[in-house]
Amino acid sequence: MHNKTLSELSASLHNGDISSVELTQHYLDRINTHNAELNAFITVTEDKALEQAKAADQLLQQKTAGALTGIPLAHKDIFCTEGVRTSCASKMLDNFIAPYNATVVEKINTAGMVTLGKTNMDEFAMGSSNETSFYGPVKNPWDTNRVPGGSSGGSAAAVAAKLAPIATGTDTGGSIRQPASLCNLTGLKPTYGRISRYGMIAFASSLDQAGPMANNAEDAAMLLNAMAGFDQRDSTSVERDVPDYTANINDSLEGLKIGLPKEFFGEGLDSDVEATVEAAIKTYESLGATIKEITLPNTGLAVPTYYVVAPAECSSNLSRMDGVRFGHRCDDPKDLTDLYERSRGEGFGVEVKRRIMTGAYALSAGYYDAYYLKAQQCRRLISNDFQQAFNDVDVIMGPTAPTTAFNLGDKTDDPVAMYLADIYTISTNLAGLPGMSIPAGFVKGLPVGLQLIGNYFDEARLLNIANRYQQNTDWHKQTPDAFK
Amino acid sequence: MSLDKTDVEKIAHLARLAIDEGDIPDYARDLNNIFGLVEQLSEADTSDITPMAHPLDANQRLRADVVTEVDQRETFQAIAPKTEAGVYLVPQVIE
Repeated sequence: MHNKTLSELSASLHNGDISSVELTQHYLDRINTHNAELNAFITVTEDKALEQAKAADQLLQQKTAGALTGIPLAHKDIFCTEGVRTSCASKMLDNFIAPYNATVVEKINTAGMVTLGKTNMDEFAMGSSNETSFYGPVKNPWDTNRVPGGSSGGSAAAVAAKLAPIATGTDTGGSIRQPASLCNLTGLKPTYGRISRYGMIAFASSLDQAGPMANNAEDAAMLLNAMAGFDQRDSTSVERDVPDYTANINDSLEGLKIGLPKEFFGEGLDSDVEATVEAAIKTYESLGATIKEITLPNTGLAVPTYYVVAPAECSSNLSRMDGVRFGHRCDDPKDLTDLYERSRGEGFGVEVKRRIMTGAYALSAGYYDAYYLKAQQCRRLISNDFQQAFNDVDVIMGPTAPTTAFNLGDKTDDPVAMYLADIYTISTNLAGLPGMSIPAGFVKGLPVGLQLIGNYFDEARLLNIANRYQQNTDWHKQTPDAFK
Repeated sequence: MSLDKTDVEKIAHLARLAIDEGDIPDYARDLNNIFGLVEQLSEADTSDITPMAHPLDANQRLRADVVTEVDQRETFQAIAPKTEAGVYLVPQVIE
């Protein structure tokens, strides 16, 4: 039952082979059996899930159900869910029961889906290994001594281990694509502004974007249909029609022009990962695509630019966590400053504090021009490189991550080494472009992701390009032995 | 550039973060490493480059100046650490 695609599940629900309650219970049972080993969920909402499933079954019986009605999913614990703890994997919000739903949650509820629970993540989405969570690290289902990637590591592990058919994630510098790569999933970060950020706890507001984490491109397209769209409650939401992302998923790739940035295949890329990515690109050639080497000359600026822009925005966004209106408050504050400093000092973990301090310093008097302004200028250079490239090619491809999943603890003592895990994904966020990671093969039993980068609002094309590959390969159908 | 103990204490205070005395050397080392990485930006020629604040260069959307939110004080204060008579309580600020 847990190896079906969303459209197969939908068919089974609609023709009455299975009820949503049965399907939901099946996944709850799997979570019960396997979550202790993986730590993929922070909160399991069993009672609410079964209530939602009952309501879905009524719609299915009345024949008023939609394509996603009755299908379970898991939400990254960054999306506010009314009446349910929304922790962002932080001690700061361990006691935070969200008073409203994020727009993404609202839209998915309206589509009739069933929420199984809230998945683990790096604290406030700051991390690339899921090791900064207050609730402990998530384990990679392909090898439980290894990280699942981050920050959406819980969503990735849950879908990879078939504890949920699909999940939501968010991506600020690679947080959907990198864990998708490390866990053999299809993950999509849409164009900035495509999905509402309302109720999605903000990390870096000019970079954050939600997206689906799925077993295949068609599933991702179906969930994107429910997630995307204009929202007046998000001031950066884009007013633009939402196409049916499944409509052109089977289109031919004949004549597709693929650009390979030479900067993505240089020093730092594991040679086996490189060979795997190159083999995937050969498959595209056999499907009628042509390959062109391109250059994104400012790629080297992406990580340093990001580590100014993201911390600066996070230091501002996280100032709302002050121990006054919600979240953790220290005991016996002696004055207001003490209340702020100790509540925040106790509530935030080390990586979050590092980034807040980085941002506070970069924005402090006398340093703004040297850091933040300079970074925003470099951001323009990076974005211009992409626009130049898209004059000649339809899609850009390369590795999602420089290596396969690394061991737990390997990079926790060296923040800069950890930051380089996102070296190929960060530039996409800085430019605001859509990007995907799709399963492309294995190295020593560990998954490798192929990254696809499209021009603005090219999500449908990316999903088509991903789907055609998946019709000709079976990497995305592989499941770790312990979770079959 | 090198940040020392005093710098770290100052930055932590600016960010309203209490950090343990014993952790300061680690924060100093990590912040220096991060700003060492960031230093690479100084090599980029950005003369005449307009800063990019928003990926789509969008303008702030305006809306009609009408009330759109309803009063949810009780809901929001139900999750507050300390409230009284509809206000949030903090330690005394004015003597």
